Amino acid sequence: MKTTLLTIGLALTIISCNNSKTEKRAAETTNETTAKAENTAASDQEGEKAITPIIDAYLAVKNGLVNDNQEEAAKSGGTLATALASLDISQFDADKQTELQEIVEVAKNHGEHISESEIGHQREHFEALSKDIKDLTAIIGTDRTLYHQYCPMYNDNKGGMWLSASEEIKNPLFGDKMMKCGKVQEVISL
Amino acid sequence: MKKAAIIILILGIGIQFIPVPKNQSDEVSKTDFLQTVEAPFNIQQMIKASCYDCHSNNTNYPWYGRVRPFAWLLQQHIDEGKDELNFSTFQEYSGRMQREKIRSMISQISDGEMPLKEYLWMHPEAELTNDEKEQLIKYLETLNP
Repeated sequence: MKTTLLTIGLALTIISCNNSKTEKRAAETTNETTAKAENTAASDQEGEKAITPIIDAYLAVKNGLVNDNQEEAAKSGGTLATALASLDISQFDADKQTELQEIVEVAKNHGEHISESEIGHQREHFEALSKDIKDLTAIIGTDRTLYHQYCPMYNDNKGGMWLSASEEIKNPLFGDKMMKCGKVQEVISL
Repeated sequence: MKKAAIIILILGIGIQFIPVPKNQSDEVSKTDFLQTVEAPFNIQQMIKASCYDCHSNNTNYPWYGRVRPFAWLLQQHIDEGKDELNFSTFQEYSGRMQREKIRSMISQISDGEMPLKEYLWMHPEAELTNDEKEQLIKYLETLNP
């Protein structure tokens, strides 16, 4: 008898706790979007330095996926989301800030999904994320040479791309299943 | 035994007085996805029937939808759904985010992850046939060339 009541009570508490969690998450995102827009363009070099933790985390996600390691990719996806959130957009040219803001927002969303998904889903988000990271380097530059690599077989032969710090092909979209699928399409240099 | 039943009954009635916000709005949002993309009628019907209950500001509640504790569970699903994608405010997303949301819709529908199985148990009418899925994906792909 008592246990029945206890179970009901417990169930109710769990339900109400879950509700407040979503509210908190929504509040956090609004805080992050209130970034200041100041026109203080930094030198190229500073922009390149600012992207270092982002590229580090992105490549760590990629390596996790190359190794078919969901946990490693998830952990790095979280790191990437944090790195993106702490990028100070106000240091870049005023006319680029809106686009940067949009790229960062979408890329952060990918990082968050990667941090909490199974590996197939991680790969989908990673493929889309790769385009955003490439667009990011087009605006703020890169701190190292990156190789834009492409495998035409991904996603039912629709193809998929990613960035790597090494010229050698190790496919993060297939992992061990098709490690060598891909070729370098473009070199993004310093 | 009788006492327990009475207590459960009282609790069951009592929780009905705990307020749950209602996800309904009379306003037709100017930022609504279907308002702005001008999709063909059958596509609109599919998206409304299969997605809008959890992914818009207008839920078509089932009869048990206001009965606690089901109302709380429903509310949680709706909150999470709208957090991920809200068709009512689709135009408020940046262009880049809109393309990402459409990419994600295509992938979720073709993987059979959406609509959620739990949702389909109670809403068999929301289930998409393979043919409908194909039409929907084809249409969404025209938005994301």
